[in-house]
Amino acid sequence: MQLTLERVGKTVGPSVHLYPMSLSPTPGAVTVLLGATQAGKTSLMRIMAGLDVPSTGEVLVDGRPVTGMPVRERNVAMVYQQFINYPSMTVFDNIASPLKLGGRPRAEIDQRVRELAARLHIEVFLDRLPAELSGGQQQRVALARALAKNAPLMLLDEPLVNLDYKLREELREELSALFSAGDSTVVYATTEPGEALLLGGYTAVMDAGELLQYGPTAEVFHRPQSIRVARAFSDPPMNLIEGELAEGGVRLPGGLVLPLVVPPGASRSVTLGIRAGALRERVREGDLALAGVVELAEISGSDTFVHVATAVGELVAQLPGVHEFGLGASLSLHMHPSQVYLFDQAGALLLAPAARGRVTP
Amino acid sequence: MSRIDLDLAHSYKPNPKDDSDYALLPLKMSFEDGGAYALLGPSGCGKTTMLNIMSGLLVPSHGTVKFDGQDMTRATPQQRNIAQVFQFPVIYDTMTVAENLAFPLKNRRVPADQIKVRVGQIAEMLEMSHQLDMRAAGLSADQKQKISLGRGLVRPDVSAVLFDEPLTVIDPHLKWQLRRKLKQIHHELKLTLIYVTHDQVEALTFADQVVVMTRGKVVQLGTPDALFERPAHTFVGHFIGSPGMNLVEVTAQAGQLRFGALALAAPRELPEGALRLGIRPEYLELAPEGAPGTLPGRVTRVQDIGTYLLVTVDAAGQAVKARLAPDAQLPAVGDAVGLQVLGDHTCYYKNEELVS
Repeated sequence: MQLTLERVGKTVGPSVHLYPMSLSPTPGAVTVLLGATQAGKTSLMRIMAGLDVPSTGEVLVDGRPVTGMPVRERNVAMVYQQFINYPSMTVFDNIASPLKLGGRPRAEIDQRVRELAARLHIEVFLDRLPAELSGGQQQRVALARALAKNAPLMLLDEPLVNLDYKLREELREELSALFSAGDSTVVYATTEPGEALLLGGYTAVMDAGELLQYGPTAEVFHRPQSIRVARAFSDPPMNLIEGELAEGGVRLPGGLVLPLVVPPGASRSVTLGIRAGALRERVREGDLALAGVVELAEISGSDTFVHVATAVGELVAQLPGVHEFGLGASLSLHMHPSQVYLFDQAGALLLAPAARGRVTP
Repeated sequence: MSRIDLDLAHSYKPNPKDDSDYALLPLKMSFEDGGAYALLGPSGCGKTTMLNIMSGLLVPSHGTVKFDGQDMTRATPQQRNIAQVFQFPVIYDTMTVAENLAFPLKNRRVPADQIKVRVGQIAEMLEMSHQLDMRAAGLSADQKQKISLGRGLVRPDVSAVLFDEPLTVIDPHLKWQLRRKLKQIHHELKLTLIYVTHDQVEALTFADQVVVMTRGKVVQLGTPDALFERPAHTFVGHFIGSPGMNLVEVTAQAGQLRFGALALAAPRELPEGALRLGIRPEYLELAPEGAPGTLPGRVTRVQDIGTYLLVTVDAAGQAVKARLAPDAQLPAVGDAVGLQVLGDHTCYYKNEELVS
């Protein structure tokens, strides 16, 4: 199914919720809407679903305009942050409801419900009521019902946000297997860059009501077109350092010159971007060393995010594994000049680390 | 400040029989004076029950709670001299920030000049010095919770300060600042701090020692490094880290490790029978197919997670994950590979407990 948004915008009274944007999510694949709260993700999804009418622009499905066509006349499945189920129906009937509405034969409904319940590990709860289940199980029921509908367009608005992280990890993996097995066009909103990367597919980065960039997820991550995209699509934040063009490279605060071949026509003032993962404790040949003092080491369980005050400013480094650093301990971080991003004065990308073999979405 | 010794169990039911009747299974553990501890586990694991027993809000159904060797099992929170910080701000809206911070000291008739010094010190640590004369009512939820934290920390003579998910209402971008503050404050004030959370980042960042709990049981008390390197229980391996530790079913028999139909020479002496081999994705290396000492597998998924590659491999019918450096050679789905599962970082579990 090809969904197309043409210059779609939304204003409510004096406030702009969405600036006019055009987007055609790749059919049969997952498109992640990535952005902080208030970026406009939900507003955009409501327009895609037909719950809201855009103030400007057109919504097309397979080339036919559907702007203004109400949600019940469209074939869309939705999953929300809150676990929404029919409280008086059993889990079985909840999952079966879209199939019953579709008038499917009983035997087929039975088979489909059991199949989906098995995939989402809720088959033992089929005779229970939703209220008897945990939050994670209730959300599995809502997901199974949305999948049962087998709609050509499936919209998920931060479906895992209210779950514990281990449960989130598990369900995200199951969902992405289900998405790639089906042929629905899926749009999935999240505030977490890590979730977008784990889901893969395509990503549309949104910020303050604007669509900033759309493309294959890994490509958008590795080549953000602007500082705004880089900021929205990094966790921990990309380290940004103000620099000036100098002979043979870019001069950093403190006087150090980073050797770089700057593309011609660059402004004199530039911003260097260094991803936390590009900073290492260990030295390699050709590295630049940045000496500093540890402010805090945050440990995620798989990585240590160490915040270090250096002459070029405060930097965050992502070191794989668990490492303990005392507050105030000295620490040198190392990076290779080929790993930096360069943005011009207006924030547009000038230079990104060279692409290696990329994973296709 | 005190050392706290627990030797107890707790059931909310009158006549507990099965393990499942206990909110806290029998446990014996100590919290050293001046330590920073976290109680970590999913909801329902018993961490809040343990906190309430320490604070004196709950009397355990079995056993004792001792403070510096003195039995405090039935003592009130006041008698125990405990300070507590809860999920949501507990402050007086009509008072100023300074009055709120001073309140626990005034209550205990601390001289005014000492109160002034201590309130000033705490406010500075929490970066609230400029707000001392403001009324609490006008402040944001974040600021109010900072006052709550300050009230918990203001008394220098408490036995311990207990925190129950104190950063729940804090905005994500402020959380790391407050985590840093708490860590610094522990460093400077040397109070015994006990912090309950289900969030591994908060627990591992804040605490020197983490108590990991599941289903009413303490499965490990250790440093963040130990929880990562040597999980004492498969639950810890699974729960710490994202993705967690790979746990592969194996059978140890006559110096060999059997993976279904395949076998590798056991790298060290292991108890015979069914075991689980644990290896973190960070330590699982991919070798060419057929490399000696490796387990053959087939790549089923390759994900570019930006700062690293996550590769899923099917080996002897079990899915395992390997985390590779971003500059590693990129495998393709369908590739046959050798998995180096028997490394220095590999852990072995029998009945879910670490044996080697």
